[in-house]
Amino acid sequence: MALFSLSGTKVSGISAAVPRNLESNMDYRWITKKERESLIKNIGVETRRVAPKGVTTSDLCIAAAEPLLRELNWDRREIELLVFVSQSRDYLVPTTACIVQDRLGLPHSCLAFDIGMGCSGYLYGLSVAAGMLQARAIRKALLMVGDISTLTTSYRDKSTYPLFGDVGTVTALEYDPDAPAIHFNLQTDGSGYRALIIPDGGARNIMTRKSFDFKKIDQGIYRTNLHLEMNGIEVFNFTLREVVPNIKTLLNSTGISLQEIDHVVFHQANRLIIETMRKMLKLPPEKVPYSIREFGNTSGGSLPLTMVAKLYDQLRTEPQQLLLSAFGVGLSWGSAIIETDRIAVPDLLEV
Amino acid sequence: MEEFIKQIEAEFDDLKPGILKPESHFREVFEWNSINALILIAMVKTEYDVTLTADDLIKSKTVNDIYSLIETRISK
Repeated sequence: MALFSLSGTKVSGISAAVPRNLESNMDYRWITKKERESLIKNIGVETRRVAPKGVTTSDLCIAAAEPLLRELNWDRREIELLVFVSQSRDYLVPTTACIVQDRLGLPHSCLAFDIGMGCSGYLYGLSVAAGMLQARAIRKALLMVGDISTLTTSYRDKSTYPLFGDVGTVTALEYDPDAPAIHFNLQTDGSGYRALIIPDGGARNIMTRKSFDFKKIDQGIYRTNLHLEMNGIEVFNFTLREVVPNIKTLLNSTGISLQEIDHVVFHQANRLIIETMRKMLKLPPEKVPYSIREFGNTSGGSLPLTMVAKLYDQLRTEPQQLLLSAFGVGLSWGSAIIETDRIAVPDLLEV
Repeated sequence: MEEFIKQIEAEFDDLKPGILKPESHFREVFEWNSINALILIAMVKTEYDVTLTADDLIKSKTVNDIYSLIETRISK
């Protein structure tokens, strides 16, 4: 079982950047007004930030990194690890993290690589970076997590288009022997890989002219094989089946009770799913922050974005013990418990 | 069964109390779409700890069909 604790990693700061360009689901005329109202009420997405064409996840992450590095007053020459977690990279080849290393002016001694994960990506990236810091070879690290998801949804697919928003986030991590341990419980079930998929364009289904053909899938659902497709009910049931037990296993193994946790931050998949899990865990509403109303489902970046947008004061001024829970594409899911103590959180950036 | 109908009525604002009967075809009583399907799945999971799949919903026609499914799964 991938249940483990890593010591020696201090979370020093978190920052996030969203595109200035805003789309409101009240203006999504592909569906009826009644459907729009039901979507906003139940799925919880009212507005979304949509990156203009050509703006990449790494652009947003780099924008978010600048004020964070300024506030921390870090010497860039000391940053020796850059992990970029995304499913929307700058190019098919080369690795986006290499480009970011240069653009951010990080030293050649910096280790930089991508991790290709979505919804659960923040927890996976955090575990990899914390593991390398624990090995004590590296003292300072940047974890970048984000996605431009709006590029790969079809406007005429009501099951995906109104859900997603774009974000780039950066988490600053450093080696500190006195830092409290970070606890993880990470899981995978690849048998559900088809539940969230872009079928064509990889090596399995090479892109052809047919990849661009629009097909009618269902009422209100038209897309090509280069668009994201989602089996909403399957993903919903997977989440309701796996996430609460995953969290309970982590709490039991660490001996930490939910009462001790200041906030539980869920991946912002949809309001209905988070509310159902909140009730299953008997959590009061004030312990569960939401960013989905303003920003939609922001893929792997949703945990750090929710922290920056909704726990800004608490993270800056108080010690916090947070339970983070993420789930989705893969299928991949997990939870982590982190402690922060008055960290750097620059204002949410709009670019 | 009465309890189950009350729970459904509580979740769907458009549904006026008294309209939904055990023999009602749920696709006809209120506008059936994927969001409403998720609301029903979430309610059944919270109240009965039973999972309804997409297949279950396709095969079910009436409120009673769903209720029987829940009953069989609870007794298991």
